[in-house]
Amino acid sequence: MAPAKPKSGKPKGGGSKGEGSKTDGSRVDADKARTLEQLLATKEIVISCGSGGVGKTTTAAAAAAMAATHLGGKVLVLTVDPARRLASALGLEQFGNVEVRVPVEAFEAAGVEPRGELWAAMLDTKRSWDDLIARHAPDEKTRKAILANSIYQNISGRFVQSHDYIAMERLYEIHSSGEYDLIVVDTPPTRNAIDFLEAPDRMGDFFNSKLLRWLTAPSKSRVMSLASKPFYTVADRILGSQFLEDIAEFFSLFQAMAPGFVERADAVTRTLADRRTTFLVVSTLEAAPLHEAEFFIDALDERKLHLGALVLNKVLPAYLRRTATTGVAKRLVVDADELAGVVPDVGDHDDVARVLATIGESFLNYQVVAKREAEQRAGLARSPEVVAAVPYFDADIHDLAGLLQLGDQIWR
Amino acid sequence: MTALLDRKLLFVTGKGGVGKTTIAASLGLLAAEQGKRTLVCEVDAKGNLADFYEAGPTAFKARELQPNLWAMSMNTEESLKEYLSLQLKIPLLAKIGPLARTFDFIANAAPGVKEILTVGKLTWEVREHHYDLVVVDSVASGHIVGQLTAPQGINELVQVGMVRNQTQWMLDILNDPTKTGVVIASAPEEMPVAETIELAERLRTETKVDLAAVVVNRVLPELFTDREEALFESLRSPSHAAALSEAVGGDVGPVLDAAELAVTLRRTRAEHLATLRASLDPRLPLLYVPYLFTRSHGARATRRVAELLADEL
Repeated sequence: MAPAKPKSGKPKGGGSKGEGSKTDGSRVDADKARTLEQLLATKEIVISCGSGGVGKTTTAAAAAAMAATHLGGKVLVLTVDPARRLASALGLEQFGNVEVRVPVEAFEAAGVEPRGELWAAMLDTKRSWDDLIARHAPDEKTRKAILANSIYQNISGRFVQSHDYIAMERLYEIHSSGEYDLIVVDTPPTRNAIDFLEAPDRMGDFFNSKLLRWLTAPSKSRVMSLASKPFYTVADRILGSQFLEDIAEFFSLFQAMAPGFVERADAVTRTLADRRTTFLVVSTLEAAPLHEAEFFIDALDERKLHLGALVLNKVLPAYLRRTATTGVAKRLVVDADELAGVVPDVGDHDDVARVLATIGESFLNYQVVAKREAEQRAGLARSPEVVAAVPYFDADIHDLAGLLQLGDQIWR
Repeated sequence: MTALLDRKLLFVTGKGGVGKTTIAASLGLLAAEQGKRTLVCEVDAKGNLADFYEAGPTAFKARELQPNLWAMSMNTEESLKEYLSLQLKIPLLAKIGPLARTFDFIANAAPGVKEILTVGKLTWEVREHHYDLVVVDSVASGHIVGQLTAPQGINELVQVGMVRNQTQWMLDILNDPTKTGVVIASAPEEMPVAETIELAERLRTETKVDLAAVVVNRVLPELFTDREEALFESLRSPSHAAALSEAVGGDVGPVLDAAELAVTLRRTRAEHLATLRASLDPRLPLLYVPYLFTRSHGARATRRVAELLADEL
């Protein structure tokens, strides 16, 4: 199958999203977007990335919910996180590989009237691989043979790296269907954040490669090339011949689909680089995730991919850094006893003194962390036009209202 | 149950962002200071284990950082080279040139090759008694089951040949609860707790590897007793706050707000901790590491966490 060129015709309302924005009415170029609202109004694909545990999925869902609410059109959040909490936050029992619409009641319960529609889907790796094989297999026999091959089952089911490619592949497929005005996707928890950026290229290389042809040679010809002989001698000793045959079968079956796969992988790569695609880097202000975020920002730059926004989650409030308050907190610690006398009607003197010292100390503790965060933030060598900081939330997000509340923090 | 540090091989895993490497580095340091010859191995290619000891970069070849403490970084290609030279008596990779070139392919395409080269190297160190304890800063919780079941998978997939024989002794070490254990690093937050519970269940049902302990990192301190909290509420009233501000000569508002924030943060975390406790086997050791209000995360923080873990153990 020839890779469909990204959609030409778009559903109604798709092209005019920017004009609907309430900011200043002027047309905003995405490269100069100053808010997430402006950025999302001009893009069709938003890829949320960052290291694990920083709120990638929640941020993606919040951004999608905000876009559906305020920009209109059909918005899809495609997640790789199987967390049930996200499904219930979206008012869904569950969702899977097929997109489902978030019920209007969920928005009503959150007290908003959305201008557009919000849809959600979760990536099912195994299903997506099987679908992909079905699409590319030249005939039914090949398809069945691949699905039954033990190596294939292993790769598609268990294998970590296979998530990277299939996530981008599924994104491409949905985008080229032209069904949605905006797709927000969060990326799989890869060992390296850039793995999934390289996945389509790697897939293309793989099927293009001489090595693949060379590996599959023995199943086609009894005459082994001189070059491959030492490899098979060693591999046979290590792995045993049955395993090698499985591998050879797997590769030769796949080879039949190589041209389609290569073409497709190229198209997926192009989609990532398309000007309608942007990346949302999510991090907290802790050293490790931030380091990963910087690494990722550099990787985007190197590949000339569009860095749209940096979202910093769980940021401590600014008042913790006030130096004027440092002195106040210190005095509470040092002169707790004396100060307890100022408020005699609160309670037992010693108890009050202890509470005063505790709150002073707690302030100083949190100040250390808040200052550390600020230093981390200042140390960011390169940051995009749009940087949004999300404060610590008192409670976890359980519903659409919570997602929209988070979204409000990053929207303008 | 075999005491944590008396085992031979500990896989430290956890959801990204909970401080998995901190826990692995600290457990290694603690064991070393208790006189055990300890190897700490980071599995993640871009890992930053070196930053936690501040003792120079790590490589595949283990390096002694301080008495009894060695550190290394996993590299599956190096692991394959070592395996070939040890097991097959094939000394030079140059002679098997095509294998070197195909390695990346095979490793990426064939199931579990990278995983088994990782687990193979680690169990090898245990089998050969090179160290008293090997602590692995392992892959994140989403991937650990895949890594731990790789030998089993290969064992099922490969019917004959050297690998088949080779996986059996790995399984013997991995599945022995006196030798091998998994440590899940967690944090008192919603998603890490959910993932910890899920992983504990997956380890039980999908692997034969023993869950040795759960370490909850970054536990926030309880600021007040109930009685003190009532006093605190009273102090927050405008008149009391104003009186205090006047006496101190500065606005106490932010200090009171910060304390309120600390109380709230602690409260939501306590709920997650309660969920975690209720969901895990009560016999499973649950260790708590308090949140460190410090500036950096270097060697000093690692030492501090090691001390706190020693108290918990």
